[in-house]
Amino acid sequence: MSTSYSFEFQQYGKLTIVHSVNACNLPQARHDIVVDIYERLPVPFGLVRFGVAPDHPEVKNVINTFTQTAHSERFYFHGNVNVGMDISVEELKEAYHAVVLSYGAEGNRSLAVSGEDLIGVFSARDFVGWYNGHPSNKELHPDLNCETVVILGQGNVALDIARVLLSPLDMLKKTDITQRALQTLAASRVRRVLMVGRRGPLQIAGTIKEVREMINLPGTKADLLPVDYDGIAEALNDLPRPRKRLTDKQAMGIRFLRSPVKVLPGADGKRVAGIRLAVKKLEGSGEGAQAIPTGHTEDLECGMVICSIGYKSLPIDPAVPFDPRRAIVQNNLGRVQGTAGLYCSGWLKRGPTGVIATTMNDSFDTARIILNDLEAGTLDMSIHKPGAQDITALLKARGVREVSFSEWEKINSEEVRRGEALGKPREKLLDVEEMLAVAWS
Amino acid sequence: CFYCMCSICVRCYSVLLACVVFVLDVAVFHYSSQSKVLLHFVNQNGMKTSVTGTEGESLLDVVVKKNVQIDGFGACEGTLSCSTCHLIFEDSMYDRMETMADDEMDMLDLAYGLTKTSRLGCQVTLQPWMDGMTVRVPQEVKDQRDVQETKSKQ
Repeated sequence: MSTSYSFEFQQYGKLTIVHSVNACNLPQARHDIVVDIYERLPVPFGLVRFGVAPDHPEVKNVINTFTQTAHSERFYFHGNVNVGMDISVEELKEAYHAVVLSYGAEGNRSLAVSGEDLIGVFSARDFVGWYNGHPSNKELHPDLNCETVVILGQGNVALDIARVLLSPLDMLKKTDITQRALQTLAASRVRRVLMVGRRGPLQIAGTIKEVREMINLPGTKADLLPVDYDGIAEALNDLPRPRKRLTDKQAMGIRFLRSPVKVLPGADGKRVAGIRLAVKKLEGSGEGAQAIPTGHTEDLECGMVICSIGYKSLPIDPAVPFDPRRAIVQNNLGRVQGTAGLYCSGWLKRGPTGVIATTMNDSFDTARIILNDLEAGTLDMSIHKPGAQDITALLKARGVREVSFSEWEKINSEEVRRGEALGKPREKLLDVEEMLAVAWS
Repeated sequence: CFYCMCSICVRCYSVLLACVVFVLDVAVFHYSSQSKVLLHFVNQNGMKTSVTGTEGESLLDVVVKKNVQIDGFGACEGTLSCSTCHLIFEDSMYDRMETMADDEMDMLDLAYGLTKTSRLGCQVTLQPWMDGMTVRVPQEVKDQRDVQETKSKQ
């Protein structure tokens, strides 16, 4: 009977797998670590599968690194397991030397304005989940029969959504965007997308590559107001020159210093017809600049509002201390406060910002902390822990059947096969039941 | 001469000469592009790993082929979609390299621990003059003590 350390990672984000890259590829000393990942869906990879835009396939190359790790003989994937419902964090702590929570941020920051519940108002997460095939968003059915869509927020997610709404169909149909979304976009009447942000151009959350893509999108002209850039000529020099093409029938625009006050209903009182924005002015500069109200408001006509103002982590188990104000698990350098053997990593630890590389580095951080604790004896390796053996038995008794990594690979092959018929890299399965049927076939 | 069987046909000789020159050119090119480049990778602990790359390869190619142990290096596989192949160069080396394109700059901007002589490894192609070059692996995480300090100040 080997003294194996078993780490458990409840995965919602892709970074738990990266985590285990570090754990499994350690030089010499740590050949006795086993890593188990528990994931609610039958499919792994989290945001790399459901968040990254379909026209950014290179970003998804990181899946190859993850897959390599997953093939290690000391790594096990346990899909279709809902931690917090099928099994508790306490039960996991009993079975493992260390448990790492890295399930990301599946909630949304609320707009907190009236009209938020009108038909046609969506969270960015739901909208992205819809075109990226997330099972919980398959019945979203957004109505793209309107001319103008307003996106609140100017981060990379907002830029992705704007780009997907206005990309030429020829470009999109070769990607892994869902067929359903493609058909809806083919029938779309949307010609204008406005991204509205609270602060000024220098505080924009999006990164330059995405802004460049927006400005260079074929068939779409960039709708930027010169007055927004008064006094920041240097910043203007950094932005690529927007090319005005008279034949561009679509427009993607950015509006600064506007904050939502109310979503306005149409005549039937049920559907979005516009949005009222408060006009702000900027005080201070750089990252710390504040948007101060001026007292003026502005109404914009639109048929859809997408709120891309940030994600939020949710507590999944009352036994885990959660900070509701910052919406993260209470932790110190990734060690969950008040308890031993419990860690958190990624967005759940630091808040939901940063690109893949940022979060990947954070994973490595967390892994180092765990290894430090192992070496310091804070994690007692002399105690035998049963690991997955006990957990799987418990799950079985509760009627929960897991999906292994090789079973995920069956789902993967089926998706690739369906995609081939359509000239796409894959056609994602939208239905959990269907995924399970393929996995266990 | 193969065509007219005479001994001094200029056309045939010039064709032959052209072929010979061509073959020599190819041989020279082939041999020179095989020149080996010695590289020293130094990580944040000061540990040095020396490997030999081949002219024309990118630094990402070298790290992958020679199994240089750098956590999470080259996640996007050289498609300018991440910054995980970020490396730091000596001034003299950096100055001799070709200027960065916008694409690379956009991604490099997001790299942790960016310096004035930073480049993305997937965009740097080995040249003979890089022989003996030392490349530093950037500090990917803050020193734990810095993190503590920052937290206690908040």
